Amino acid sequence: MSAADLTRSTAADLAHRLTTGEVSSVEVTQAHLDRIAAVDGDVHAFLHVSENALETARQVDADRAAGQALPELAGVPIAIKDVLCTIDMPSTSGSKILEGWIPPYDATVVARLRAARMVPLGKTNMDEFAMGSSTEHSAYGPTRNPWDLERIPGGSGGGSAAAVAAFEAPVALGSDTGGSIRQPGAVTGTVGVKPTYGGVSRYGAIALASSLDQVGPVSRTVLDAALVHDVIGGHDPRDATSIPDQWPSMAEAARRGLTGDVLKGIRVGVVKELEGEGFQSGVKQRYHETLDLLAAAGAEIVEVSCPHFEYAVAAYYLILPAEASSNLAKFDSVRFGMRANVTGTVEDVMAATREAGFGPEVKRRIILGTYALSAGYYDAYYGSAQKVRTLIQQDFDAAFEKADILVSPSAPTTAFKFGEKLEDPLAMYLNDVTTIPANLAGVPGMGLPMGLAPEDGLPTGLQLMAPARHDARLYEAGAAIEQLLEGNWGHALWSQAPELGANGLATALGSNGGAR
Amino acid sequence: MSEITPERVAHLAMLARIALTDDEIEKLTGELGAIVDSVAKVQEVATPEVAATSHPIPLTGGMRPDVPGQTLTTEQALAGAPDHDGSRFRVTAILGEEQ
Repeated sequence: MSAADLTRSTAADLAHRLTTGEVSSVEVTQAHLDRIAAVDGDVHAFLHVSENALETARQVDADRAAGQALPELAGVPIAIKDVLCTIDMPSTSGSKILEGWIPPYDATVVARLRAARMVPLGKTNMDEFAMGSSTEHSAYGPTRNPWDLERIPGGSGGGSAAAVAAFEAPVALGSDTGGSIRQPGAVTGTVGVKPTYGGVSRYGAIALASSLDQVGPVSRTVLDAALVHDVIGGHDPRDATSIPDQWPSMAEAARRGLTGDVLKGIRVGVVKELEGEGFQSGVKQRYHETLDLLAAAGAEIVEVSCPHFEYAVAAYYLILPAEASSNLAKFDSVRFGMRANVTGTVEDVMAATREAGFGPEVKRRIILGTYALSAGYYDAYYGSAQKVRTLIQQDFDAAFEKADILVSPSAPTTAFKFGEKLEDPLAMYLNDVTTIPANLAGVPGMGLPMGLAPEDGLPTGLQLMAPARHDARLYEAGAAIEQLLEGNWGHALWSQAPELGANGLATALGSNGGAR
Repeated sequence: MSEITPERVAHLAMLARIALTDDEIEKLTGELGAIVDSVAKVQEVATPEVAATSHPIPLTGGMRPDVPGQTLTTEQALAGAPDHDGSRFRVTAILGEEQ
């Protein structure tokens, strides 16, 4: 296989070829490192590329040659969002305050990747402490969207999504507090899953908002996301919010979706409140075409109403800053990270360090959170937001009485241009209007490609949501919907991404791709 | 209208231990005012009879056996510190002159 074939293969396909001995992990890993060297100057998906990747791959090849039984994804490379602690690579969460920090332990999900003998390629870019929807708030400069280098790749996990969309990695890890996996998936034409809250360990994930954060897979296909989910998921005694239940195999669910007739009779709930005003016309068009395809495949389309979703963004921008202001208190210039070179008491040094080390969005949210938690304001803001959370959970409960899965667009628009929303925090916050309800209620959500918007030729995304603990239902239905859409287009959406040239120009392949 | 004034932002910044500049305080006053006005919308539906939810999936805390677990060594714990003396984090004075 050529290097280009290797980088355009799915993780499932690479795993199969590695098992049969057709390719080695060193060849697969080298192909991806070469691809990173060729295109990442333009894309800037990575903050750090691992020096150990080839050695890790070599060990997998040696163990395979020695006849050891290896896990399914052994030897398959993976990119890791910089919010996750890695013992052998800097972990900055996109912030200056953690520049160069190497944690003394691995996040549980990273330890599980290593136990599964996957090959970490490096750390991906993100908005600082995962606060943002565009990567423009990264202290290390933005990531560029492989579909159009003048546009944002979504956020906060724009680095992981762009790495996968630009064929720099077959799969990646992300984290999703209000849409940071699913919204980047939508605007880069890739797949991403926010698992049920507590389904995947948060131990070693640098906390943003502890009651909302979830780690999840990023990929080009639903099956690949499922394979990674099976590796990272399950109970972790180190995370007090980790659900102790046994989970079914997500990969088996995805494979059922690809082979069975799972769409016949499935009740698909269309959330009335998640379309209409503020949604781009091409997004709405592809969404309704997809619903028509689902109906033709035997799905029962039902309209559901979630009247409190319109309060979700407001509740989220109280709960998140409140929790973040507490979580980020640990960056105190004492135990790790940056210390400003000033004289004075420890509190003076602390305040100067946090002034110099945090970017504008982080300061904005810490101050907002401090306000929301202040005596005299707590009940009016934070307390009220927690009540909205209850109302949104009740909306979901009622909707899931009528439907097996809920759907909406993953994001209201396609990728916007750099700078377009940077000076208007409220406009930026509205990017997550579709994704935030799932975080507030703890239910799982998946984003998958839904075709290219006719007006700009850029990717759109479909969001699926299932009841808490029913992540497998998303993979089963998601794989079937992906297959239905690709059958209609005649190709996978990601195969239509423009070539990235060595000279920094993205050259369109001349296809409009997507649904026609 | 919100009650976000430059004095309040300066006070919040002190509580959050961020030495904001005067320019930042001015800019944040306007931005936070707009954000607070917008998020105050939660009060429309947060009526007294609605219960609050703090965590999406209710779990009761489990207990583990009372045996020493794996913990960081002193060397590991100090590895990322800006300054230390080999066994402790080193910081500047805790109290100012006036204290």
